[in-house]
Amino acid sequence: MTVLCDVVVPARNPWTGVVPAGASVGIVDLAGNQAVDFLAYDAHDHAIRYSAQATVAAAGNVYLRAGSVLRSDDSLPLMTVVATDCARHDTLAGACSQESNSLRYGHHTRPQHACVDNFLLALAPHGMGKRDVVANVNWFMNVPVEPDGTLGIVDGISAPGLSVRLRAERDLLLVVSNCPQVNNPCNGFDPTPVRVVVEVPS
Amino acid sequence: MHSTATTSGARDHARAQEHHHDPSAPRPVVPATLANGLPPGVPAAAVVWEEVLGPGGATSRELARGTRVRLTDLDGDACASILCFNAAMPSERLCVADTVKVQWQAYPRAGTLLLSDLGRVLATIVEDTSARHDALCGPSNRAGNDRRYGDGSVAGPAPNARDRFLVAVAKHGLGARDVHPCLNLFKGVHVEPDGTLRWLGEPTAPGLHVELRCELPILLVVVNAPHVLDDRPRYTCTRLRITAWRGEPAGADDPVRHATPEARRAFENTEEYLRARGDA
Repeated sequence: MTVLCDVVVPARNPWTGVVPAGASVGIVDLAGNQAVDFLAYDAHDHAIRYSAQATVAAAGNVYLRAGSVLRSDDSLPLMTVVATDCARHDTLAGACSQESNSLRYGHHTRPQHACVDNFLLALAPHGMGKRDVVANVNWFMNVPVEPDGTLGIVDGISAPGLSVRLRAERDLLLVVSNCPQVNNPCNGFDPTPVRVVVEVPS
Repeated sequence: MHSTATTSGARDHARAQEHHHDPSAPRPVVPATLANGLPPGVPAAAVVWEEVLGPGGATSRELARGTRVRLTDLDGDACASILCFNAAMPSERLCVADTVKVQWQAYPRAGTLLLSDLGRVLATIVEDTSARHDALCGPSNRAGNDRRYGDGSVAGPAPNARDRFLVAVAKHGLGARDVHPCLNLFKGVHVEPDGTLRWLGEPTAPGLHVELRCELPILLVVVNAPHVLDDRPRYTCTRLRITAWRGEPAGADDPVRHATPEARRAFENTEEYLRARGDA
């Protein structure tokens, strides 16, 4: 394998990369329990994009695990989870935003940096904007759904060094927000760096 | 019968169509004030939208703040998939993820707020006699309907909801990038402890309804098509009635507003936005 990219995404920061079909994309939770908000778009047609709902419906399961296929709105495979040593990942709870923080934690949290702002910042150089921000994957985030439908972000099930590895099924634009949230346990109340490694067959 | 060999004959033929149709076929009632069988206490003069969608049907409407929208599963086997936008700024739209996360609840029901991605309330579910709805699975799509029914195209006998959405939003100048995750009403799913989705799609008693109250001026898109997890081999979907009438948004004492601190702040954000615009 040839390494195309091996970066540490600093705490609270976004990252984007264009990866070719067949690429291996690894994300490492360096310090443990760091939510990594993640979106994927066809590199040649940004209207073909990750759909949490199509992904969940096709799998018949709300959690992402090894073998899960990330799908577009038209149910096209975008990526496959090849391996992960974190038991499961979330795609129901979306990204934090200044606006939703104001509902969840109080109007005083509106000024805090949030994942939607990272997404907007990262998408802008690609000519994309708010209409392109859709429900995302939250790698390493733990969102149980109880029998009565109660759901919420609770203490994580990840640990330092756990990772997820994906295979790109098409040429893709990938967008990461290394989540800056400090009001809930998704980052253990302490946002930390994550590592992203992109490799292609030599 | 009129000959259509000439323009005058074709014109007479066209104009006769209005009187030669099946009166029970799905259609909008225009003007809506001619609607029959209204909910108790709703005067016909207040009705702004009256329409029945057949299997695979789609429609959309801009609705004023305060409007009540009742969706009725007339025969017990409809599935209403809805999109919702701020009519004044459609880049602000229903955020299903925030709707379930902020309210700590995966299953929409009476009292659920339809939250936008900007922390405001687009609409409130004020009545719900079905209690089987789905925020997780999204619309059916072409590939799935082709596989299940043979031809899932909008032009065919088993239209898929995803392409219906694309056509419906295009009529408001919107495109594929604007089609956000949807809610499916009258067909539910249950999440098992391991995350498995169990479909709750058995037919119900006829006449169950969901009533929305618009808390902002909204664009509402409605598609009536079999749920994406509906594994019945035949395209099974019955009539959906839509009735909307003029009304008032949540008042200062509305119990929904005071049900949770998250709801209170969502209404505060909504009213702050409207006040600054001079709209409230």
